[in-house]
Amino acid sequence: MASRHTDKAFETDLADLRQLLLTMGARIESAIARSVQALSDRDSALARAVIDDDAEVNRLEVEIDERCRKILALRQPAASDLRLITTALKIVTDLERCGDLAVNIAERARDLNEAPPMPPNPALPRLAELAQVQIRKALDAFVAADVDLAGVVLKDEEMLDALFLQLFNDLLTLMMEDPKYIRRATAVMFIAKHLERVGDHATNVAEMVVYMVKGTDIRHPWSRKLPGSQSSSSSSSSSAPPGTTTIIPGSS
Amino acid sequence: MSAAINLESAPRPKMQARGLSIYYANKLAVKDLSLDITEKQVLALIGPSGCGKSTFLRALNRMNDLIPAARHTGEVLLDSANIYDRGVDVVELRRRVGMVFQKSNPFPKSIFENVAYGLRIAGMNDRAELAVRVERSLEQSALWDEVKDRLGDSALALSGGQQQRLCIARALAIEPEVVLMDEPASALDPLSTAKIEDLIHELKARYTIVIVTHNMQQAARVSDQTAFFFMGEMVEVGPTAKMFTTPTNRRTEDYVTGKFG
Repeated sequence: MASRHTDKAFETDLADLRQLLLTMGARIESAIARSVQALSDRDSALARAVIDDDAEVNRLEVEIDERCRKILALRQPAASDLRLITTALKIVTDLERCGDLAVNIAERARDLNEAPPMPPNPALPRLAELAQVQIRKALDAFVAADVDLAGVVLKDEEMLDALFLQLFNDLLTLMMEDPKYIRRATAVMFIAKHLERVGDHATNVAEMVVYMVKGTDIRHPWSRKLPGSQSSSSSSSSSAPPGTTTIIPGSS
Repeated sequence: MSAAINLESAPRPKMQARGLSIYYANKLAVKDLSLDITEKQVLALIGPSGCGKSTFLRALNRMNDLIPAARHTGEVLLDSANIYDRGVDVVELRRRVGMVFQKSNPFPKSIFENVAYGLRIAGMNDRAELAVRVERSLEQSALWDEVKDRLGDSALALSGGQQQRLCIARALAIEPEVVLMDEPASALDPLSTAKIEDLIHELKARYTIVIVTHNMQQAARVSDQTAFFFMGEMVEVGPTAKMFTTPTNRRTEDYVTGKFG
C-alpha cells in the first residue's frame, strides 16, 4: 500500500477502521485467554468478567459495521478499497462470533468450577494459546494486507485440528476409563470444540485477507477456479470447509 | 452491402482502433491504441484530464479533422472499413457515428425543428414523415412526455437536463449506429443525470455507445466495458465490474481508488 489517497480524510477513515478491528481482536484474544484461565485457576469471578466484557466486543462490532456503511455511502470505494471494506464487514462477524465462543467457554468454566477438579490436560491450554495466535495473526495479516501471513494461518489450522483431535481422544479415553468423568469431560470437550471453532473463524479471516489482497476467492474448491483466480499455494488446508472436522474421529 | 453472417449471439466489434496514434502538432495525444468496441454495448472511457480519452472519442467520427494541427497514424474501423480511407464521406460517417457533447447545444429554434434538423439536411421534407421521426426520437430520449404539447416552443426554454436529452434526440433522429457521448451529464443535476443514465441503458439495445466521463460511479453504472487512459495510453480495458473491483494494473487501481496526485 505504497500510494495514498489524495483525500487524506479517507486515509484517516481507513486507518481508524483498521485500528478498531485490531482493538476488537485484542479484546477477543484476551477473552479467550481469560476464559480458559478461569477454568485452569477455577476462578469463577474471572469467568463472570469474561461474560460481562463481551458487551464491549458487541459494541465494537456495531461501531465497525457502522463505519463501513458510512465509508460505502460517502466514499463509494472501488477496487482494493472496496475489497477492504467488504472484507472488514465480513470478518467483524467472525470476530464477534469468537467473542461469543469465549463467553461459552467461560460459562462452561463456571459450571466446571462447581464440580471437583479434573486431571489437567496440557493440550487444552495449548489449544487455547494456538486459537489466540491464529486470531492475532489473521488480524495482523488483514491490517498489513499480508497474504503470506494469511497463508501461515491457513496452514497452521491443521495444528489446531490435530490438537483438538488429541484432546478429544484423551477425553474419550478418560470417560471410558471412569464414567464419573462423563459430565465434566463432555463440558471440556465443548470447550475444546469452541476453541477449534475460533481457529475456523481465524481461517475465514485469513481467506478473506487473500481475497482482499489478490482479488482471488480461495474459500471453496470451486471458487478457486473462478475466472481470475489462481490456485493458492498458501492454502494447504484440506478441501473440506472449515467446521467440518469429524465429530467422532476414528471410531476407535 | 456485403453478405454479413448473422451471428446474433456472438458479440462483434462495431468499431476497432488499430495501432492508432493521434498527434496535435508534435504532441502525442493518443499512443498506439488498439481497442475493440463491441456492438450494442456501452464502453466507458475514463482517465484524468489530458489522458487522451476525448481525443480518442473524437477520432471515432473524425471530429479531429476540424482541428488543423491534428494528425494520426493507424486505423479506425467501422464495420471493418477504415473510416480514414480516402473517399470516405465524412458527413455519412457522422450520420452513422453520432455525437452528444458535454454542454447541451440546442439550436435557437423550436423543439421540433431541433430534432428535425438533421433529417432536413438529409433531404427529408415530408411533414408527416418528419413528425413520426421526431416523435420517435423524442420517445427514445425519454423527453416526449415532457414536450409533446409544446413542440413549437423554443428549445432554449427547456431546462438543462431537457436540453441535453433534446440533443440526444437530435443525434438519434438520423438513426446512427454508434453514439459518442462526451461527458453528457457533467453539467446536470442528479435527477437529470439519472435520466440520462437510464436512457443510456435503454439505448444500448439499439446503439453502440462510447461515453467519456470523469464521474467514475457513472462509468461503473452505465457501461459494460471500461477503458482506463493515462497520459495518452490505454492502460487497461475490461468488463466494468472487474475494473472497479479487481483491476489488473496498478495505475488503474490508483485511479479508481482516488490515489492520484
